[in-house]
Order: sequence, then C-alpha cells, then structure tokens
Amino acid sequence: MGSPVQGAVGPAAGLSGVGPDGAAPTRRGTELLLLGFAAFVVSAALMLVEANQNEQLTLRIVWYGLAFLALFGAAHWAVRKYAPYADPLILPCVALLNGLGLVMIYRIDLALTEKALRAGEEINNDVPKQILWTALALVLFLAVLIVIRDHRTLTKYNYTFGLAGLFLLALPAVLPNAIAPTINGAKIWLRFGPFSIQPGEFAKILLLIFFAAFLVSKRDLFMVAGRRVLGVDLPRARDLGPILFAWGVSLAVLVFQKDLGTSLLFFGTILVMLYVATERGIWVVVGLTLFVGGCFVAYQLFTHVQQRVANWFDPLSTYADAGGGYQIAQALFGLGTGGVGGTGLGAGRPELVPLANTDFIAAAIGEELGFIGLAALLMVYTLLAMRGMRSALAVRDTFGKLLGGGLSFLLVMQVFVVVGGVTKLIPMTGITAPFLSYGGSSLLANYVLVALLLRISDAARRPQTGVRPRPVAQVPIAEDRTVMVERPPTERPT
Amino acid sequence: MNTPLRRVGLAMLCMIVLLLANATYIQIIKADDYRKDSRNQRVLLEEYSRERGKILARSSNNQIQVLATVQPTNNRLRYLRQYTNGPLYAPVTGFYSTRYGAGGLERAEDEILNGSDDRLFVRRLSDLITGRDPRGGNIELTINPATQLAAYQAMEKQGFAGSVVALNPKTGEVLAMVSTPSYDPNPLSAHNGAAQEKAWREYNADKRKPMLNRAIAETYAPGSTFKLVVAAAALEDGKTKDDQVTATDRIGVGGSELRNYNRGFCNGSQTTVTMETALSLSCNTAFAQLAHDLDEKLPEQAAKFGVGENDLRVPMKVTQSCVGPAAGDQCMTISDPNALYQSGIGQRDVRLTPLQNAQIVATIANGGERMKPQLVKSVLAPDLSEIAKLDEDSLGRAMSRSSADQLRDMMVASEAKTGGDGKTNGLTIASKTGTAETGNDPKNTPPFAWYVAFAPAEDPKIAVAVLVESRDVAATGGKLSAAVGRATINAFLAGGS
Repeated sequence: MGSPVQGAVGPAAGLSGVGPDGAAPTRRGTELLLLGFAAFVVSAALMLVEANQNEQLTLRIVWYGLAFLALFGAAHWAVRKYAPYADPLILPCVALLNGLGLVMIYRIDLALTEKALRAGEEINNDVPKQILWTALALVLFLAVLIVIRDHRTLTKYNYTFGLAGLFLLALPAVLPNAIAPTINGAKIWLRFGPFSIQPGEFAKILLLIFFAAFLVSKRDLFMVAGRRVLGVDLPRARDLGPILFAWGVSLAVLVFQKDLGTSLLFFGTILVMLYVATERGIWVVVGLTLFVGGCFVAYQLFTHVQQRVANWFDPLSTYADAGGGYQIAQALFGLGTGGVGGTGLGAGRPELVPLANTDFIAAAIGEELGFIGLAALLMVYTLLAMRGMRSALAVRDTFGKLLGGGLSFLLVMQVFVVVGGVTKLIPMTGITAPFLSYGGSSLLANYVLVALLLRISDAARRPQTGVRPRPVAQVPIAEDRTVMVERPPTERPT
Repeated sequence: MNTPLRRVGLAMLCMIVLLLANATYIQIIKADDYRKDSRNQRVLLEEYSRERGKILARSSNNQIQVLATVQPTNNRLRYLRQYTNGPLYAPVTGFYSTRYGAGGLERAEDEILNGSDDRLFVRRLSDLITGRDPRGGNIELTINPATQLAAYQAMEKQGFAGSVVALNPKTGEVLAMVSTPSYDPNPLSAHNGAAQEKAWREYNADKRKPMLNRAIAETYAPGSTFKLVVAAAALEDGKTKDDQVTATDRIGVGGSELRNYNRGFCNGSQTTVTMETALSLSCNTAFAQLAHDLDEKLPEQAAKFGVGENDLRVPMKVTQSCVGPAAGDQCMTISDPNALYQSGIGQRDVRLTPLQNAQIVATIANGGERMKPQLVKSVLAPDLSEIAKLDEDSLGRAMSRSSADQLRDMMVASEAKTGGDGKTNGLTIASKTGTAETGNDPKNTPPFAWYVAFAPAEDPKIAVAVLVESRDVAATGGKLSAAVGRATINAFLAGGS
C-alpha cells in the first residue's frame, strides 16, 4: 500500500520543498504539479466535448482551464498553509473527479438543451449550479481545514455530532411534503426555493465521526468476550447495542425515506468501523446476518424493494413496466454501446438514460469513455481511498485511524453502491457518485470528507516533535506498527 | 488496529475489482447483445447520423450518375438521404426512412451502405485511428441511365401502370428496372417526422400502388408470351420450327372452349401450320395442344427458365413465379389436362414477374444459357476503391443452342407481324407480344399487355420485358407495350455500350 515517502532525497525532494522544520518533505510541489495535470486533463476533455458537439472551439476553454486551476489553487494554498504535510495525491484526485464530473454534466446539459429546444420546453442547465456548488464546497473545505487544526478535537463533540446527525437524517421523513417532497420515490430532500439539499449526506459524516469517537471511548467494552459457542467468541448481548442501533437506523431510513442507498452505506460503514475498532471478525458475521435479515424483511414488506430486485435480475424483461428496468436497461445499452473504447466524449447519447447527470453518471462515462475510461475513473477513486487508508494506517491515534478508515471506506462504498447499481452488479439504489454527480449536498459532504482525510494525513506525516520523539513515519508502511499506549504489547493480537 | 485496517483496505480493493470484473462482463462480453438490442435507440440514431454510402450508376459514356446521396445537416441526424430523380429510380434504390425503415436496395445492401459490412472492416479500423467518422460504402449499379430513362418516359408519357425490365443477356446485368406509377422516396427520408408520415400515408392510400415494385414484387399472367416457353419445350422435345401443329379454331376445355384471338383458324388453314407461323400469329389452339402433348415437360422447361425459383435475390428478393395454382408445393404442378391447355397460352394459374419474363427472353437471346440477373455492378469503399465486383453467374442451360436459334428465328418472324411504333430500319428485333386476360370476367376486364424482345437478333445485347396493366378492354400487347419495348431497346443501342 504505497512506498515509503520519507527519505526520498534528490530532485524529487527539492521539487516538493521541505517542511518548516526542515526535517521532512511536504510534497506540496508534487500536489501542485498533479493539480496542473488534472486541469490539463479536464480542459482536454472539455475540448473533446466541444469538438464532438460541433461547438465552436475558442480560447474560452483555456480560460475555463485556468479558472479551474485557480479554484483548486486556492484549495492547494489552504492545504499548504493549514495542512502542509497532507498527502499530495488526495487533492489532485478530487480535482480530477470533480472536473470530469463538470465536463460530463456540461455535456449532458448540451444534449438536454437540444432536446428541450426541439420540444419547445424550458431549458434548465445544471452546470452553472454545479460550478457554484463546487465553489461553495471548496469554501466549506477551507473552513474545515482552518477550524479543525487537529482532528482529535472532534472527539470532544461526539455526542453533539451524533445527535445532529440523527436529526438531519430524520428531518426529511418528519417534515411535511411541502418542504420535504418525495422525489423519484425517496423522501430525502429538503427544498428551499430553487435549491434542494439532502441532509442525509451530511448526517453520514456526522454519524461517522460520532461512531469513531464512541467506539474509541468504549473500545474496551467490545473487546470483552461473551459466551463461546462452537469455538467462536460471541459478543455479549449488551455489547450488541451499537450494531443494533445502526441496524435500526438504517432500517428506519429504508422504511420512512425509501432510500436504499443511504441505508446500505450507513450500515456498511458502521459495521466496518466496529470491526476495525474491536479487531474481531465476529462483528462482521453478526452484522451481515442482521443485514441479510433486514433485507429479507424489507423484501417481504415493500413493493419498491421487490421492484428493485426484479429489475436487478432482469432489467430487460421489466423494461416496459412502471417502475421497471427501463433506466437500468438504458444504462446497460449505453455501456454496451460504449464497449471497450467508448463512443468518444460528446459523441454518445448519454442523455437517453434518465438521471444521466446524477445517479447514472457512471453509465454516461462508461458510454462515452468506454470500459477504459470507466476503469480509469475507478482507479482514481481507488487511489484516493487508498491514500486515505494509508493515512489511517500511519496516523498514531486510534480515533484518527478509525475516522480515516471509516471515511475511506465510505468513499469506496459509495462508489461500489452507485457503480455496482448502474452496471447491474447489485440492485440499483439511488445515490450519487462522489464528486462526479450533479448535486450540491453530495459535493459539500464529500469535500468535508476529503478535508478530514487531509487533516488526518497531515497528522500522519507530520514529523514528530516534543513528546513523541520517534519518527514513526520513517518506518515503511508495510512494516508499520501502531504504538498502543493503552495496553501492554503482550496483549496485542498477532 | 492496523491489521483490521489493512483487511478493510483489501476488502475495498476487492470491491473495486468486482466492479471492474462486472464492467468487463457488461462492456466487453455482453456489449454486442446490448448494442444490438432493438430497444437501444443509440444504434438507430447512430446509423442515421452516419454518412451513408451513395448509390451510383454509370452511363454509356462512362459518366457517373449519383442516384442516392447524403447531404450534411445541422440537426441531430447528421445526414439527410437524398435521391436525384427519385421516382425514376425508386423501384431500384427504394427508400430510407427513420420511421418506416428501408426498402429496395437501401434495405438489401444496408450493411454496405451503412458501413457495417465486414468487407469494410479495414477502412473502419483506419477511420477509427484517424478519428474520422465511419462512413458507408458505395454501390454502383448495372443500370444504364439512358435506358432506364427511356423506358420510364415511354411508360409515363402514356400514363401506363406497369413495368419494364431490361437485361444484358450475356451477363445477367439489369440494365433497366422501371415500375410505374412510381413515388418519390425523398419525403420518406426527410428528417421531419410529419413529412415522412404524410408521404407514407399518401403513397399507401393511392389505389395505383406507387410503392409496389411491379418488376419483381408482383406476378402477372404472361399470356401469349408464355408460348415461348411452350415452343422451347417442344423444340427441346425434338420438334423443329417447321414441324406442323394444329390450326384448329377451337379446343374444348372442360365445359368451355379455347379459341384463337380472331376466333378463326390459324392462318386460315383448316389443317395444320408450321410452329413458326403459329407463334408469329400467336395462335392459341396450336400452343394449347402443344402444351397438352408435352404434359410434364412444360413445367420442367419453365423451371429451367427459372419459374418456381424462390430464392432469387438481385439483391432484393424476387417474388416466386409459378405455373401451378399456389406458391410452395403446387407452384410447379399443373394438375389436370384442362389446366394444361390453358397454361400453354399463359393463362389459368401461370404467373410471372416481369423480371422472370425478361429472364426467359434473355436466356433465348443468350443461346439457351440462363444468367443470374444482378443489379449491383460493384461495391466501392468510401474512397471509391473497389471492394467487390459483379461475378457473372450462369444458372445453367435452359435449352440447346440450336433450339434457341430456332426460337430466335420464330421470334423474328413474330416481330415482323407485330405493329406499333418504334421500329428502326436496319435493326432486327426478336420479340413476342402477349395479351393476358385477367379477372373473373375477362371479356370486360382490361388485360395485361406484354412485349418481350431482344435485339439485335443476330448478336443480342439487350433483352426486355414490358408489362402494361392496361385500362382499355381492347388493348393488346402489340398496341401498347411494343412501342415501350422498342424505345427501351433503341435507347440502349443508341448509347453504344
């Protein structure tokens, strides 16, 4: 999982600059270089769209590229100032994903505009709004970096975060339809005039922080073995509390908001954090059992769940039904038409898939950039999540580890649920692809996620001073061992 | 805590690998199924936005005429199909419509024209590399524009409904394929859906059936032109053109009588006449009797000329011509002797397409060897380099050369007795006319008027079949169709191919 970054000397170290104390390279230069590369890729993608859509090619694209670079330059400056030792790959990956998302949303706007013009309908472009959301998200990103100088301070407010998270999660379900309308079958939005947000997106992060802090403080409880049955240490019934809580909340989300995606994300992430905190696989077994049970019950009770499952098995046979597989089938047609190499950016018909610029943006990318483009995109996500995971491994405090691991997993889980849904690997659940899809709340929440990851990675790579004399980060990651001050080394699991 | 974190990291990688594996399955293994699904609009939209190949014809002085081309547009379907001289070539080119699919060559040669044919693979590959949009291949026809135009104008001038088919007897090339009244395929390929619908409704509501390709998609009683087949069978059976046949004025067929056209004896003779005379005067009794005597040999001979063939493509599918009462099993069986009498003069159940009748004369012109009719001279890549070329294809010998020569002489004698306009000095045409009774009340229903011919008789370069669905009860092949046939022949020979 990555090579040791410390100890690199010579031109690379010079390029990246040296930290304030002169002990370790900060790699901010690398980050800037990669941001420049991301800007170049995004500009080239925009140029392809323009060319393939027979739009006039002007210097406009260069200006857009520079504006993009300026926007992320500001983020880069903030990282340089407030998290100088942060991982240099995280921000460029985000910039690339966000930029390609903007290009794709713009491209779908063009297609929908043409369609609207022909039908004489109102034109509703999403890309200006998404640019605004991106700018807002970067402001929030900055705010998180500035306000939270040390991620451990978050633990102080863990119950506040937990309550706020639950409140936000439950908000759309309890509010009247005037403010919280049911859109596409799910009641997860709050609408204020032209803007709508999904409070659940923020709730995910808040609850994750709460759980990380909660698990760290109550860790010893979960380590106590319960009864031993068939050679397996079962957890004690009263320790099942958190997992039952998570299960209950995700079922509630499923029932009251009809939001399969959030429910799946929430439960999966909490389960993983519980496993990481306790280091005991039995939690995964218990969790999955509960999950399967919950799924079974939900399938029996709710027709919309049954529909999703039927559409998953064979979207082509339910193609013409109401609430049937039309959308998935269109996505599959798009993916199949794209094939290995894709139709080319701007040369496909991604607008044929409903919701192409939100939940189904992966299908649009698979159509126009083909399997190669989709795979490359998944690799960028993997890189992003793995850098997060790497920071979690390297950071010294358990809260940081748990939070970093949870955030990284949440990122991959989102990608898995949405891309898996679009490509018929798992039943479709409506969530957005992080950074790519159109949608303000998703963008804002995921930028907070990234800011926290950067904060943790900064802590992980920051040279030790004062009380911690050992430069932990100089040990190769593969052989890295966490210093556990709470327990004597003999009790460590092997 | 690091061990479970590493495991979670591994699980994350596994999730991504699962996604990649599934994407591979969808986009590589199952891609073709999804791409070709009929509900996938992308294929249709893409096909209509691709630069479709042209349909070309080469005139006698080697000039290329474009029959169907595309014009770039600014709307979503990037190219508009356009037909120059739409109605003139509609039976050949067909139409290409986003709403109603395609017809004619547009359908039969769709893979070449839309560029998906395997023979265009290398070009597609190079298009892919150079980033050029894939284009369709072009098709050059065997049609001779001057001949097509002359035949069409001759029919249109008199407002005839019918068909003219001209073949090169030596190669089987279709020199002209006319069907009147015709339609303009341009509005059907318009990008405006309403315009398409309007044209489609109008054409289909028209009682004169302008969209019916009478040359290959409709069969007609051949009347006296079928006597050529009877004569061929008799010659092959050992008779000569000078052998005597009955000249009687009537033959009893079931409850009724079969008579000559003028209701008298053949050539005024009370006894017999030569077969040549009988053919030139088109005496019904003589050929009814011959057919009766030949029995099984008549359908056999017809089959050698191609009647009953059910898989002929030129490349459009040609409707089966029959001597029997129904397609399929009974197509080539003439059940009872009474039917045999009537079949001998091209009535009862005998039904030929104009193309089939043209094949019969072309075979006689070619010394008895039947060539496969073909409409595509060459398939050209988008850059006009040749990919495939017409391959002359013999479908076997229908009759011996000497029988064919005798039949030719009989047809020359027949032409001498045929009236009508368009005779040219110095040109010997071999021909046969036919007037086929139709309907349940033949005396009051306008007949089909036929004229089949080839010229020059001594070295045939063109064979034609003309069919007119006449509106005049007293019409005959000689009066109506001969002029059209001769105009067609003259136009071709004047071009000096």
